[in-house]
Amino acid sequence: MLKDVTLGQYFPGKSVIHRLDPRTKLLVLIGYIVALFLAVSWASYGVVFVFLAGSIAISGIPVKSFFKGMKPLIFILVFTGILNLFFTQGETVLVHFWKITITLEGVIRAFFMIFRILLLITGTFLLTYTTSPIALTDGLESLLSPLKKIKLPVHELSMMMCIALRFIPTLIEETDKIMSAQKARGADFESGKLMQRVRALVPILVPLFISAFRRADELATAMECRCYQGGDGRTKMKLLHMRSWDYYSFLAGAVVIAAVCVLRSFGL
Amino acid sequence: MNKAISVEHLKYAYPGVDDTPDIVVFEDLNLQIEQGSFVAILGGNGCGKSTLAKHFNSILLPCGGKVYVYGMDTSDEEKLIAVRRCTGMVFQNPDNQIVANVVEEDVAFGPENLGFASPEIRNRVDRALKQVGMYEYREHAPHLLSGGQKQRVAIAGVIAMEPKCIVLDEPTAMLDPRGRAEVMETITRLNAEKGITVILITHHMDEAAQAQRVVVLHGGKVAADGTPEEVFSQVELLHGIGLAAPDTVELCWELNKLGFDLPLSSLDPDDCAQILYERLKV
Amino acid sequence: MAPFLEVKNLTQKYSAGTPFEHTALDDVSFTLDRGEFIGVIGHTGSGKSTLMQHLNGLLKPDSGSVLLDGTDIWQDKKTTRQTRFRVGLVFQYPEYQLFEETVYKDIAFGPKNMGLDAAEIDRRVREATAAVGLDDALLTVSPFDLSGGQKRRVAIAGVLAMEPELLILDEPTAGLDPAGREEILSYIDGYRKAKHATIMMVSHSMGDVARMADRLIVMNRARIAFDAAPEQVFRHADELIKMGLDIPVLTRVFMKLKELGLPVEPVYTEKQAVAALCALRGGSADA
Repeated sequence: MLKDVTLGQYFPGKSVIHRLDPRTKLLVLIGYIVALFLAVSWASYGVVFVFLAGSIAISGIPVKSFFKGMKPLIFILVFTGILNLFFTQGETVLVHFWKITITLEGVIRAFFMIFRILLLITGTFLLTYTTSPIALTDGLESLLSPLKKIKLPVHELSMMMCIALRFIPTLIEETDKIMSAQKARGADFESGKLMQRVRALVPILVPLFISAFRRADELATAMECRCYQGGDGRTKMKLLHMRSWDYYSFLAGAVVIAAVCVLRSFGL
Repeated sequence: MNKAISVEHLKYAYPGVDDTPDIVVFEDLNLQIEQGSFVAILGGNGCGKSTLAKHFNSILLPCGGKVYVYGMDTSDEEKLIAVRRCTGMVFQNPDNQIVANVVEEDVAFGPENLGFASPEIRNRVDRALKQVGMYEYREHAPHLLSGGQKQRVAIAGVIAMEPKCIVLDEPTAMLDPRGRAEVMETITRLNAEKGITVILITHHMDEAAQAQRVVVLHGGKVAADGTPEEVFSQVELLHGIGLAAPDTVELCWELNKLGFDLPLSSLDPDDCAQILYERLKV
Repeated sequence: MAPFLEVKNLTQKYSAGTPFEHTALDDVSFTLDRGEFIGVIGHTGSGKSTLMQHLNGLLKPDSGSVLLDGTDIWQDKKTTRQTRFRVGLVFQYPEYQLFEETVYKDIAFGPKNMGLDAAEIDRRVREATAAVGLDDALLTVSPFDLSGGQKRRVAIAGVLAMEPELLILDEPTAGLDPAGREEILSYIDGYRKAKHATIMMVSHSMGDVARMADRLIVMNRARIAFDAAPEQVFRHADELIKMGLDIPVLTRVFMKLKELGLPVEPVYTEKQAVAALCALRGGSADA
């Protein structure tokens, strides 16, 4: 059933990481990714890994959840691995048959690439696991607010994101209902050739679109009634506050980047 | 100023699409609503009651005549926000008026638009949620609540703006009996305790019977206006426009046809039983 | 002979094996006869919507079975598909499922899926249109240009056109005014009489259910709490109230009369009330 699809990966919690300002988490994540791409050696990867492992430990999110979330991405990991394994030129040939050569450098490179992607994904997961979608939107809006000066509709974009998050479950439920109703009238979604199946979606998509437009229209009226007039003059109930922990996090992030840079300058 | 809303010679027509003629809803409607009262506006499907409600909040503007909300002309653009702060609207489908995906964030939406400081918004949100009995659910996701709960969140979202008047457009039409009772209990309490003017648009007779005054609309005109007892005793008139009186009144009316000679003012079962008892006891 | 429809020990769990597990139907059994009008009542979450969807094979039972004329509806794929046509399901707010360009095409959707020929489809569309009191002139109009009440009737006609032997309706009168409610109810009863069909109507409106149905099924916490004639069910007024259900207003009036000491038995329709009170006055109903 469509209803079982879980959206947003947020795991509510009370850890320090959960309570960090979403802007802090976004900025530290960016710093972390920079460090990851500057890292070239075992030692520098080690530094980044320790930082991530420490953060996960503090967050209290079970490691299992990260593996679960990784499942849909296994293909990309394997693909990257194979690509690097077969197409890296090197001196030390390990296996050679027909046109395929596998070198020691290839093995190492493949391993590094997979490890880098794993660290990248896990870091991003840690952000979405510990930050509610609405906090994330607020954080993004605040970070992007300087762009308002160049007429970028930052507030409108974040409002749209909020509303989308709010209505996704409602529309999924609605799709479920319409599907059942059309099935009850003998609609068949499971058999037939591709074209037939595509055509079978019309009885679902038409009512769904009409309903989405009706909802959008009613929501717009309701928002107007509640004195919504865009972002100007609007305030927030939940203000974003930087606390001491936020500054420690920036410090930790800076230390990681610095460490990776120093190691890099020594050729490590 | 004791008039909450004053409708004077209201004319309104929906513009026709392409070549079709305009659809006239009101030609000359007059209606006054007192501050602090609880008024039900009753009518069948298509009698213009929702169109009227949208005039109370400057969502629709009159084609002719005037609508005044606490003395402010609704067609005066400069008063738009002031009008909307005075009269909050609650609509039929609770799903389509909840903006945020956390209950308290949604209730905060109105006060945030009005530009209050954060602590003031927090106070208003907590107060509003307590008034509708949804404070414990403040961190829940709205789509997991029952219909009655969602509608109470929508009401909280309106009262957090501290309006003098709430207009509810068929707020119970999509709810089950339990949800309907929750919503009715909430709005009668807001009216009695906070003195908020309540305008309830409905086609449920038993809900209208809980108001202090019932206005029946038909074909864009006021067909009846008075206390619930006065309005519901006009059974023939109600039948003529596709409505019905509450079951208790209908029963007495049927019995009167058989010569019982009962008053048509009993709106609840206990009253009705009492009247019948007085008539039938030996 | 096997009963028309038999539900045997039907059990359905949602999200089994997770902390969110809950039982929607718990060992539910009953039979339906042809031509019966059954009212189903129960508050939201009592399992009535789940039950409806089982009867025409939209949901598959965890355990237990649904037999139509003695045959398990899940016996094979063909039987399940046939069940969809023999048991018509009208969901809440069915007008939200309209999708075709014209009213005609929308009503024809079901019959077309049944694989009927054009002449038969045409006959059924016209008959169903008449059965819900719509004018033939509307057949060429887009369903989205109709009024709310008309849309509702088109959607119901779309199910009637499949000529189901069992017609199940979930709150068919929700959101309509008293005149609109009355019309829809009369079309439903008209269909029952014309086709000797069985009707199952889910409703929150006790007055409507009490008046229309000759049998009531009361659902409470995934089980059947009562399955009997309305007069027997409404005798348990206190229990119904405890289940979060309304009882008809007139039943309340009569309970109070009894309390006041008048020798009356609870009634649930206006006709019965008038008759009982006339008898009490010592005159006949046509005095």
